[in-house]
Amino acid sequence: MNLFSLARIAFKALFRNRMRTFLSVLGIVIGVAAVITMVAMGEGSKISIREKMTAMGTNAMTISPNYARRGGVQLGADESREALEEADVLALQKARYINAVSPLVSANGQAVVGNNNWPVQLSGVSSDYLKIRNYEIESGVMFDDQVDKMAKVCVIGQTIVKNLFPEGNPLGKIIRYKGIPLKVIGVLKPKGTGSFGQDQDEVILAPYKTVMRRFNATTEIRTLYVNTIEEGYAELASEEILSILKERRNWARPTEPFRVRSQEEMIEMVSSTSQILSLVLTAIAGISLFVGGIGIMNIMYVSVTERTREIGLRMALGARSRDILLQFLFESVLISLFGGIAGILFGVLASSLVQKILEWPMSISWTSILVSFGVCFITGVFFGWYPAKKASRLDPIEALRFE
Amino acid sequence: MPNRQAMLSVCNLQRHFPMGEEIVHALRGVSFDIFPGEFVTIMGTSGSGKTTMLNILGCMDKPSVGEYILDGEHVESLSKNELAKIRNRKIGFVFQSYNLLARTTAIENVELPLLYNPTISPKERKERAMEALSLVGLSNRMSHFPNQLSGGQQQRVAIARALAGDPCLILADEATGNLDTKTSYEIMSIFQELNAKGKTIVFVTHEPDIATFSSRTLLLRDGLLQKDSYNTNIQNARLAFENTPSIEEKHLEALL
Repeated sequence: MNLFSLARIAFKALFRNRMRTFLSVLGIVIGVAAVITMVAMGEGSKISIREKMTAMGTNAMTISPNYARRGGVQLGADESREALEEADVLALQKARYINAVSPLVSANGQAVVGNNNWPVQLSGVSSDYLKIRNYEIESGVMFDDQVDKMAKVCVIGQTIVKNLFPEGNPLGKIIRYKGIPLKVIGVLKPKGTGSFGQDQDEVILAPYKTVMRRFNATTEIRTLYVNTIEEGYAELASEEILSILKERRNWARPTEPFRVRSQEEMIEMVSSTSQILSLVLTAIAGISLFVGGIGIMNIMYVSVTERTREIGLRMALGARSRDILLQFLFESVLISLFGGIAGILFGVLASSLVQKILEWPMSISWTSILVSFGVCFITGVFFGWYPAKKASRLDPIEALRFE
Repeated sequence: MPNRQAMLSVCNLQRHFPMGEEIVHALRGVSFDIFPGEFVTIMGTSGSGKTTMLNILGCMDKPSVGEYILDGEHVESLSKNELAKIRNRKIGFVFQSYNLLARTTAIENVELPLLYNPTISPKERKERAMEALSLVGLSNRMSHFPNQLSGGQQQRVAIARALAGDPCLILADEATGNLDTKTSYEIMSIFQELNAKGKTIVFVTHEPDIATFSSRTLLLRDGLLQKDSYNTNIQNARLAFENTPSIEEKHLEALL
């Protein structure tokens, strides 16, 4: 008996019991659709996080002072930590694996233009900052040698334009920040929401020396942004940065004075959270697939008992145990494959609905479709095996006499 | 008769079943030969061992002791799969309760044994099934389902199924047991026609009436062959069928 006629027999048997087949298929459909949707949800959010992080600049790294520890006790006091200086910026500019360095010093206050005002942090940076954070100038220019002159200029993002210059054209206008006038010399292109939900267009950039001296009255730099020459150089760059900074300070202690963090690490950190979420979701969906499989097993057991006479007849007419085993196995595999196909269709449909209605980023992967299909096949074989084995072990004499 | 090669021959056939502590001896040593073209009824009361004999002759069971040679093959030494093959190629079963697959057309029911014979192509399968159905006069009922057929018609489909594989032995188990007298005669006339065409038929029954249509009767009693007699006065089932009023006609007579 060839496989084709077996498949035909199995298909006919399923068709004869339409309602029952439909119900057991349904169990698998729900399981597979749930798996596809959940994986799409998890993958989608992972990808969107990654995209946002990339928009921030994948090659970006931050350097900040390490808080000293003594015997495991974190010492937050200012005296205990090493400060970054302007000279460090100059030294790092010569580093091999870095092509941009910018300090980030900030001041908090209210930006005022005429009757409009807006609470926003003033960021003191160098011209390299645009490159590191993937900002682009839309109109005007970025400050450059104005940094050393401590010029009172600024470059602003779209949100600031909208709120402080509702009538547009901010170039050349003055923003007063903590009473100090800053002339707008450039406007940034819009960039949208960052990975943590912050508005990346809500920025006022000013030369860092201006912010340090005129606003903060300090020479201390809290954070340095650097850009590695290419993706994948984060580790080398990190080592180089630390060795340059330590050399400048003749650092001899075993602890590191500064902490270098790459954007990639941040991505890992955030996506590992979403990965756990998608794992949990997928596990729940997997359980429903498992329950669907048990449904198949149940149906197949009922089917074998109900069709005992048919099995006996087939054996009397020359079916071998193997033929019976394969026939019932085929039935359960067909059930789960029907379920699989319908489940994939429903899963894709549900995913696009979720995307539309909940505006959740979805990403349906071919892998999840193929894996679901494979899992269905295995489910069919696994849960169909025992009922099929039971059927194939029947004695034709007993089976024919079964009422 | 004896000079011919036997179609099947059993020699000192015994079958024991362990039943708890005891051993039940269903067959205690039976020997006979059946030759090609014979129409044999095996008779016996319940407990005579006739069902056990049927199971062994049908290659669904093996003897505990003794030999069973069917068409030259020693059945008692075959494996389960080889038995299945023998059943498929050499034996055509006709059961008391027809055993047709429900919601399956007549022609598909007839094709069933051929499905388990990989040497037959789908085209040949169809042709042979159609031929078998026309032999029992049901060419016009090919795509009917069993529940659309009368009992007699269902049994004729079952006979067609037994014929489809062109077996050397047709084995009927109380094949008229579920039918009224007139329909029984009709079925017996089909068996007689098949026998006239050279088919070897073994018919297991407990109705003495049926035996009058066969050429030979084996009577089993308590697991032994009690009588082996040739029938010199074989009844014509076709005539019996035509002379028997149907149930409706009987009712009518009773009313008149």
